[in-house]
Amino acid sequence: MLTLSFMRHAFVASTFIAIVSGFVGVFVVARNLSFLTHTLSEIGFAGGAFAVFIGWPVLNGMIIFTMLSSILVGQMSIKESRREAVTSAVSALFIGLGILFLSLSSANASSATNILFGSVVGINLTEVWQLIYLSIVVILIIFAVYRQLKFTSFDAIGARVSGLNAALYSVIFLIVLALSVSVAAQIVGSLLIFILLTLPAASAKYFTHGVAKMIGLAILFSLLGTWLGLFLGYLTNWPVSFFIAVIEVGIYCCALVKQKLSGAA
Amino acid sequence: MSIVTVNDLTVAYGNHQVIDNLSFNINQGDFLVVIGENGVGKTTLVRSMLGFIKPQKGEIIISPQTKIGYVPQFRNIDQEYPLSIRDFIALNVQHSFLPWLRTSERQRVDEIISQTNLQKVADRPLGLASGGEKQRAYLAQALLSNPSLLILDESTASLDNEMKYELLDLVTRFQQQGLSVMFVTHDWDLAQHYGTRFLQMTGDGYLTGPINELPRPEKEAE
Repeated sequence: MLTLSFMRHAFVASTFIAIVSGFVGVFVVARNLSFLTHTLSEIGFAGGAFAVFIGWPVLNGMIIFTMLSSILVGQMSIKESRREAVTSAVSALFIGLGILFLSLSSANASSATNILFGSVVGINLTEVWQLIYLSIVVILIIFAVYRQLKFTSFDAIGARVSGLNAALYSVIFLIVLALSVSVAAQIVGSLLIFILLTLPAASAKYFTHGVAKMIGLAILFSLLGTWLGLFLGYLTNWPVSFFIAVIEVGIYCCALVKQKLSGAA
Repeated sequence: MSIVTVNDLTVAYGNHQVIDNLSFNINQGDFLVVIGENGVGKTTLVRSMLGFIKPQKGEIIISPQTKIGYVPQFRNIDQEYPLSIRDFIALNVQHSFLPWLRTSERQRVDEIISQTNLQKVADRPLGLASGGEKQRAYLAQALLSNPSLLILDESTASLDNEMKYELLDLVTRFQQQGLSVMFVTHDWDLAQHYGTRFLQMTGDGYLTGPINELPRPEKEAE
């Protein structure tokens, strides 16, 4: 299987995506941003469709759209009570834009399905390097603000009292999230992006208590899903995204059962 | 020496005035009890002092060398909260670009865990801790940054009697080492037991003085 260059590319790309997802997902879960992550994936779809429309690489369109809109959504929904409504409105707008750009472009239906559901086995070496660079940028940003991000994500009140600028770290995180959505969309597609950015981290919190340990475990669960998904996709010729979704949901269900059993003990 | 001076503070939410011309001060080493029924503006006062709310009128002068630690009444910590007590306390070690804690920082966390009697439970999940352990963890996190003024906002409200006294005995130990304390409560017995100075907030105005000279509400006096 690894003698095939496209499978090698897929494995390298999915490894970096899994690592980024593990890092970022822990903060997505802590900040209750799963819905926004889902919306960003739809915005990524619109960005990808826009890129197809004007003849850019899909990743570039996704990055521009997700970064601009994540800051916009973040600023519009500073009041938590209106976060869901704002997120829904932005989501609706961008799905509409995505459909418009696709209908205006001469691209065929497979462009849309690639953006929506991912195309990791179709990824070339240049795209692999682009993914690696972006992944390194995301991880470096997280390292640089790790302590502050951790405090503002897991204890917003304590962080505010200690003088941390919560709004600043929120914007930094939204930019990191937008980059991660664009990176991860390459493998699972924009519709299934929230799988890798939410489920491994959500599962990890039932197995350990500590941010670093949660990140480690979330990376492990992401790697398990993406590697096994690629392997099963190769064997069956079924979509890789389907296997990743099933594996990650399976891990999450195991985590819930484990939590229920330990609660009953 | 006064570390906090509040002059003619007036705070309103829209047209609803919550605090009206309140003045008082906190001296170094005080155990100031702010006492009053629910709804008289105690928490609004705390939030104004922390800079969360902008007053309509008046001023809050905090001396430049005063650092505030805050233990709130509620924190959104559910049973699935994914941090241990130790990790929660260590969140307040933040002034570094290093993602991991240095040896000296780890030692400081261990020291504060020991001073707040949390050694035996430090590695347990905070979400599964008892009410008393949670409050001691909040206290430990606040104390980690070496504050000179500690504000406790109804921190004993959800605790049983034994735990209330246990928590405030602990706070008193730190106060005796130089920490100033502002304790917000509606519990007159606790106020009498621990306070060195008193500010009573009522719907009609504000009073200061020895606690036995303040008018105790009837239901509290029974």
